[in-house]
Amino acid sequence: MSLLTSLRRNYQQGRISGTLLLGLGILLAIVLFSAIGPMFVDAVNAQVGAVRPRRPPGPEYFLGTDSQGRDMWTLLIYATPNTLKMGLIAGFIGVGVGTALGLIAGHFGGIVDAIIRVISDALLTVPAIAILVIIAGNIDRMNTVIMALVVASLGWMFTTRTVRAQVLTIREKSYVEVARVNGESQWEILFTEIMPNLMPYIVASFVGTVSGSILAVIGLEALGLGALDEMTLGNTIYWSQQSSAVLRGYWWWWGPPIVVIAAIFIGLFLTSVGFDRFANPKLARR
Amino acid sequence: MTALIEMQGVTKTYGAFTALNDVTLSLSDTSPSMTAVAGESGSGKTTLARMMLGFINPSHGQVLYQGKDVAKMTGAEQRQFRREVQPVFQDPFDVFNPFYRIDHVLETPVKRYKLADSETKARAMIEDALKRVGLRPQDTLGRFPHELSGGQRQRIMVARAVLLRPRLIVADEPVSMVDASLRATILDELKTLNRELGISIVYITHDLTTAFQICDNILILYRGNVSEAGAVERVIGAPKHPYSQLLVSSIPLPDLSKAWGGEEIPVSEAAAARANPGCKFAPRCPHVMEMCWDNLPPKYVPDSERLATCFLYRDAPVSASDDVASVFRPPNHSITATAP
Amino acid sequence: MSAIQDSKPILVVEDLNVHYDTGKGPAKAVNDVSFSLRPGERLGLIGESGSGKTTMATALMRLTRAPGRIAGGSVKLDGRDILKMSNKELRETRLRDIALIPQGAMSSLNPVMRLEEQMIDAIVAHKPGMRRAELDARVQELLKNVGLAPEVARRYPHELSGGMKQRAAMAIATSLAPKVIVADEPTSALDVVVQRQVMQTLGRLQDGLGAAVVLIGHDMGLIAQFADTVGVMYAGKLVEIGPVRQMIESPKHPYTRLLVDSLPGIEVKRELTGIPGLPPPLVDLPPGCSFNPRCPLAFERCVRETPLLQQVAPGQSAACHLYPEHAALPPLPPMTRAHQELRP
Repeated sequence: MSLLTSLRRNYQQGRISGTLLLGLGILLAIVLFSAIGPMFVDAVNAQVGAVRPRRPPGPEYFLGTDSQGRDMWTLLIYATPNTLKMGLIAGFIGVGVGTALGLIAGHFGGIVDAIIRVISDALLTVPAIAILVIIAGNIDRMNTVIMALVVASLGWMFTTRTVRAQVLTIREKSYVEVARVNGESQWEILFTEIMPNLMPYIVASFVGTVSGSILAVIGLEALGLGALDEMTLGNTIYWSQQSSAVLRGYWWWWGPPIVVIAAIFIGLFLTSVGFDRFANPKLARR
Repeated sequence: MTALIEMQGVTKTYGAFTALNDVTLSLSDTSPSMTAVAGESGSGKTTLARMMLGFINPSHGQVLYQGKDVAKMTGAEQRQFRREVQPVFQDPFDVFNPFYRIDHVLETPVKRYKLADSETKARAMIEDALKRVGLRPQDTLGRFPHELSGGQRQRIMVARAVLLRPRLIVADEPVSMVDASLRATILDELKTLNRELGISIVYITHDLTTAFQICDNILILYRGNVSEAGAVERVIGAPKHPYSQLLVSSIPLPDLSKAWGGEEIPVSEAAAARANPGCKFAPRCPHVMEMCWDNLPPKYVPDSERLATCFLYRDAPVSASDDVASVFRPPNHSITATAP
Repeated sequence: MSAIQDSKPILVVEDLNVHYDTGKGPAKAVNDVSFSLRPGERLGLIGESGSGKTTMATALMRLTRAPGRIAGGSVKLDGRDILKMSNKELRETRLRDIALIPQGAMSSLNPVMRLEEQMIDAIVAHKPGMRRAELDARVQELLKNVGLAPEVARRYPHELSGGMKQRAAMAIATSLAPKVIVADEPTSALDVVVQRQVMQTLGRLQDGLGAAVVLIGHDMGLIAQFADTVGVMYAGKLVEIGPVRQMIESPKHPYTRLLVDSLPGIEVKRELTGIPGLPPPLVDLPPGCSFNPRCPLAFERCVRETPLLQQVAPGQSAACHLYPEHAALPPLPPMTRAHQELRP
């Protein structure tokens, strides 16, 4: 009840915007699609040779079939959650590690800060995909979790950088000094004064890292470096490439995964923009 | 008699730059005073304030609170010092964490310093402090900082300090970002706190008119050095140091008989020309003499209740004490208060 | 003074309205403001934050930006309405005929250009075809006029102090000898001594050019030291205007009186008085006179009817229902010390 009233008040104050609702709505729809979808289709249809190959979308096969006899609709329903899962795991790990390092670097400074900063800046300048290709290419038994870890290994620097810069800015604010004379300890200042003001940046970093990770995963998979025996959006694109689907006009093969990927990105983007307004009451009045 | 707060030969340097140079000042523990520290940007007034508050430590000399070195306090002593010496900051926007309703900044000290043993008492204390600074609790609590005006916010910060019943409030330009019509009320609050609750006030400002109105004594800083100090009636009413004279004559008064006049004062900002170990004001001083360039003038006492660090007064006696407060006028009100 | 009164106005502002569109309707930041200015005249416009004074300054230059918009009225410069000019005419008019010294004049300088390049750019934009030697001579002259040394021309803005940057901005604003100079709080970030120097320089420049100046500010002391005519803005309206001496010695609007009284002097110590209450939000003005909730003399008519600016003394007009019934402002009831905001 109190949550509901609080939500309603926030909505009336303009803190919950249409952008946020639309973004969350798109993400919710994608999650529901992945969660409920499997109840209505038969997983067998997504296996090679399960259905008649190369059928265009129609009443029989809603999204058509690929040249190896897999039902695209079923494939999409099983591939989307796997791709999301990899993005989320990589996002959580990348942002978790990145936030911790950023806080340590910004709050404590000194030599620790110097080391963290040099490493993260150096890693930001090298093209991540090149390193990821090397790492992924040297892993024998690839699966979705390992893929997420590989991508996360280079997904923390942006968060570290953002969080560190924000901690440095916030540390200079008079309200941190007020907190000190109000009797708060260093840790209380870090968690009650600084952390809440980092939330918009952490959420934005999370959204960015998840998008970046999904993009990296799809990139690696499209190059054939993914776990090829698992159903993912990237692998679907890889197989469509292998079969020259674009040239042969099988648009229903490569089109739907791209639409889903785009929807994920748009949902994440709108959520991050909308969240900014929620986290910063000053913007709400406008 | 130990002083409430005492700065002993305090110097603060940042690399080669001296922000504050050898200031000795003690404020009485028994008669609550209102002291202004005035100067332009770069005068060292904010550095002085931050050292009094224990935010930064002096490079040389020490700051003593009730006889104890602020830089070397034990945990318990530091806790007491933190509570009893409270700041009011310049910017009424930056002092509020935008994430919280304004209640946060008032509830935290009550909890952290265990000022109340129940929620009800805590609430009553906060409401009382707000009323004391002229705010209606029902219009203030539960609001976000951006929903209040600059004047209201600054009053909340005064209320926050009051909650802790401090011995000393160091207010750094508390009204410079507040509209003129609201300034008077905030300064009046400070004066009332001094008179009614016996809180000593150090008022850091660039505005000599408000310093004159609310303070007993004033200390004028120029590039880290004390140029003149004493009772406000002396220092502002009839300044002796050429720098104080320049400052006072530049105040824009809404009084047409005190017009600036047609004569323009020369532009001298570009002039830091001659690197000098002597008086820092020498390059701008209309009365500069040869001796000013090489020697730092001592604290001359040209008449009662004031000292001026200027060789123009070299025939006057040099202050017997390093403490600039030795020439301060005892606060008026405390004389009546201590009557038997 | 008499020369000023004889000449015909150079700037005539009539019923100027500037609105900010908000979710709750338009905020009337400038509300039916009219005044006129003769060559050589110094008008000081004073107001607190939210009174519309900066909006006024930008509207005079037609620099109003969204969400603000000029909702009506005219700003006639030498008979030509700035608000109706084509973009080309407007570009030509700005700086040549009317120049702005903005609030953050210090940050209005381009940080990556030497001062002389910025000054030359400004001149060449209006007077193409000047030879380099002429331009250099002009730059030197302008710098000298604002009290800066010739070598300052070769410097970048970050190499200048706050006061020097303000002077540099003044040199650019006066480079084409404009007829009207709008100065929006030109000294708000400066120390008191530098403030005095800068204001005196502005005064001397203006005398040399014979230009009119609109000085926008919040400090009655500064305005009194500089202006011949003082206008007081409250909640978007011009509530009183008149010669500086009359405005300070015998203000007719209660708000002006309170503003003057709220300034502490250095003669005698006295109770400091503020003005109770807060300015109203511009989207939600009280009915009648906007000042009525804070006015110690408000009566029934003030809540009912918006007062219009009317002449109350020679050269002095006030928007207040006390007139014409009263010859002068009645004494204000004594204000309670502190706790003023607690009053209902």
